Amino acid sequence: MHVTELVAQILKVLAAGLLLISFAMLAGRRTQQLITLYAWQGVLLFVSTCLVAYGAGLREMYYSAALTLILKVIALPWILNRLVHRLGAQWDSEQLVNVPTTMLVGLLLVIFAFGLAQPITSIATTITRHTLGIALAVILLSFLMMITRRKAVTQVIGFLAMENGLFLAATSATYGMPMVIEFGVALDLLVGVFILGIFFFQIREQFDSLDLRHLESLKED
Amino acid sequence: MRTISFVRQFVEVILAIAIAPLFTGWIAQCRAWLQNRSAPPLLQPYRMLRKLFFKDVALATNASMLFRATPYVLFGTMVLAAAIIPSLVTDLPLARVADAIALVGLFATARVFLSLAAMDIGTSFGTMGARREMMIGFLAEPALLMVLFNAFILFGSTSLPSLVDGYRAHRTVIDPSVIFAAIAFAMVLFAENGRIPIDNPSTHLELTMIHEAMLLEYSARHLALVEWASSLKLFNYSCIGFALFVPWGIATNGRNGAWSLLIAIVALMGKLVIAGAVLAFVESLSAKLRIFRAPEYLAMAFLLAVLGLLVHLLLGV
Repeated sequence: MHVTELVAQILKVLAAGLLLISFAMLAGRRTQQLITLYAWQGVLLFVSTCLVAYGAGLREMYYSAALTLILKVIALPWILNRLVHRLGAQWDSEQLVNVPTTMLVGLLLVIFAFGLAQPITSIATTITRHTLGIALAVILLSFLMMITRRKAVTQVIGFLAMENGLFLAATSATYGMPMVIEFGVALDLLVGVFILGIFFFQIREQFDSLDLRHLESLKED
Repeated sequence: MRTISFVRQFVEVILAIAIAPLFTGWIAQCRAWLQNRSAPPLLQPYRMLRKLFFKDVALATNASMLFRATPYVLFGTMVLAAAIIPSLVTDLPLARVADAIALVGLFATARVFLSLAAMDIGTSFGTMGARREMMIGFLAEPALLMVLFNAFILFGSTSLPSLVDGYRAHRTVIDPSVIFAAIAFAMVLFAENGRIPIDNPSTHLELTMIHEAMLLEYSARHLALVEWASSLKLFNYSCIGFALFVPWGIATNGRNGAWSLLIAIVALMGKLVIAGAVLAFVESLSAKLRIFRAPEYLAMAFLLAVLGLLVHLLLGV
């Protein structure tokens, strides 16, 4: 009983850490920094999945934890780093629209997410049910990050962070998705990053920059 | 029984006044080491103060009463704050006078007086410094209050000594909101004490200084008092941090002996040594922000504190 309580406590702290990293990503300017933050998000996710697996005594959760470790902590940051180096964009910083305002909007999103998760939390039986609100908040914050960004690479990082949030939501509400779906999602992510990597080069070749504003105009002028 | 608690109150205040410059000196020493310079001696701040006290005051011709009274007001408020904050013992007779919100008000009073005094002479630097100080202050204060509210909700009281007592009564549970609050508090501490991300305490560079710009017109014993007050302020902030987040070793209500007081002093010294080193380390790592980025930094601190509150209220710890 005592151990389970401790595990639940640590899970809450980890979830809070994930939320913190989401906000740091929202305020982060440098691409390199965002990739590092994404990797750290993966580490926290890995630890919390392991703890859930231990706390709930589920063997198959360890597999999805291992998948998280390999894919989100090692493979994807490595691929992104290489991509960014090849693009020469690692020290790219972008003009953010008014960080304090973005932060306040983020705060409202967190409140909204907590409100949204309340009814589900009250009927769920998992030990991680309290973190569902945080998971939803992470999803919404990543969404906000994608909206406020202009550069292609940072938008992709936002997309990946959103997937982290979804993974956390699945873990906290129902102890994760079936293995097949999890593998499917992992493969999707990997292939997605590959294809988007090719896109980056194409976009840059076409417009001489990774700024997505250029894609908004239909005609060449 | 009553007299002994007054004696301890007295000991605490005297100790705070005595070792505040030492703490500043220790931070300066750590910074020098980290920057590969040979460090000034630990007692340098005391020598500074002695030198200043022996000098003659040079006053501007149009200095008003306010300008001359401000150093004493500053020093007085900081000493009173040191008396309220439980840095050694929680059984403080003076602490019942004011809770933590009044304490924030006390800091605000000091800030208002210093800013008015800086504007009093009418030099452009003083006015600039005062304006900047007010800008930082009005952004940092809500963040500090939010951090305190975090602790209030956790322990159900607004007075710092009973927070420390409550911490003792509670178990050692890691609460996620405490982490948020601690980070926010550290950020506010840096901003409020003119440390590096916002202001550099060791330069007199015209366009970047905030705190130093306000002191330009002060000399001799007035300057000494203001400097002493600002090291007391840093000491006070550190002690608020200890009381909120690491209240180990503070003599609580139950224990009254001289022995527990000795333990409390040793614990406080240990915490100050560590805190000073950490402060210097963080300061050496970070770059000074442009003044226009300061609102962003403080908005971040405010946000973290509010997030701590939200996480606590909605996570249902």
